[in-house]
Amino acid sequence: MKLLTHNMMRSHCKGAVNGFPLKLNFSQVNIKEIEFNPDFINRMLSRLEWSVLVDTATQLGVNEGLPEMLPENQEIDDEETLKKIHHVLLEVEVVEGELECPETGKKFPISKGIPDMRLNEDE
Amino acid sequence: MSRPEHIGPPELFYNDTEAAKYSNNSRIIDIQMSMSSRAVELLNLPEDQTAFILDVGCGSGLSGEAITEEGHFWVGMDISPSMLEVAVDREVDGDVVLSDIGEGVPFRAGTFDGVISISVLQWLCNADKANHNPFKRLRRFFTMLFSSMRSGGRAVFQVYPESPKQMELITEQATRCGFTGGVVVDYPNSTKAKKIFLCLFAGTPVSSVTLPQGLGDEEENTVKYNSERFTGKKRKRKGEVTKKEWIAHKKQKMRSQGKEVTADSKYSGRKRKPKF
Repeated sequence: MKLLTHNMMRSHCKGAVNGFPLKLNFSQVNIKEIEFNPDFINRMLSRLEWSVLVDTATQLGVNEGLPEMLPENQEIDDEETLKKIHHVLLEVEVVEGELECPETGKKFPISKGIPDMRLNEDE
Repeated sequence: MSRPEHIGPPELFYNDTEAAKYSNNSRIIDIQMSMSSRAVELLNLPEDQTAFILDVGCGSGLSGEAITEEGHFWVGMDISPSMLEVAVDREVDGDVVLSDIGEGVPFRAGTFDGVISISVLQWLCNADKANHNPFKRLRRFFTMLFSSMRSGGRAVFQVYPESPKQMELITEQATRCGFTGGVVVDYPNSTKAKKIFLCLFAGTPVSSVTLPQGLGDEEENTVKYNSERFTGKKRKRKGEVTKKEWIAHKKQKMRSQGKEVTADSKYSGRKRKPKF
């Protein structure tokens, strides 16, 4: 599961109002090289929850100089910065771990990079 | 051959054996790939822009590969662990999530530029567990899907509806959740090639609002106009027996058998008026 996906996911438990951000516990992380697409990264910037991305990247130990905040127009021209964002969003994969709904506490295990988001009857 | 969704729930139907077909059976692969490419085409995404797509019921990642080929990023959802494992083994580019779409779509508002789904929705119309209510599940799915899409985005579903009624059920629930759109049918006159795509718009699309044209032979859709008048008179062709001759023959036969036969007259075997 890439960090881009984690940033876009929320809990769909019936009791959850926001369900975001999902707490991430990890036991295995992989780095996989992906082709750099600056256009895509720039387009996604406005959709990201930036502070959550920075926190998660720091938690995983892959924050190598991400800006604290995004500029007003939510566009970045500097290629170096874009590459760092690209790395964090698309090249870091959580292989084994767990997601947790911030409101209900429901745990979603991650195995082989696949998060199991299935709910029980009462959720 | 009965429909797969009548045999059992999807997470059991798509077991390891079935999942293997999606890697090995070239016919299945071809069909899935062509439907997926067509679905991406129907999304009508802006050219030269890398989009973020959701693949509902991504399975083994075949449809996802079609998205990757068009140059977009994607995330997939599926209920079958076996199918998703195949996807991971094949190292598909998109992340895949194990989930039941009837429980909803676990993504934030405005995440996706577009959504595709190949051969999935008909599964949502069946109650596989005692607590399943297809109406509720369809509604929950469409509601959360709608919010997870950017305004103006499209969701294209290739479906195999069991009946027009099932199609109505699906479109009704989709409309209730805020979607507009319609059905595009490719090759409507061919039982084999016919494919049905439900195209839904989340909010007014940026591009034109008109539904895309279905594929198909133009000739097949029209009846050739014949300007000849049909006279209605049956003309005797060589070797053929007219009705009058046949009646005369039968009467002769019955006479030779010694049966009682009405006398021949100018009225025997005469063509009666229509009101008769």
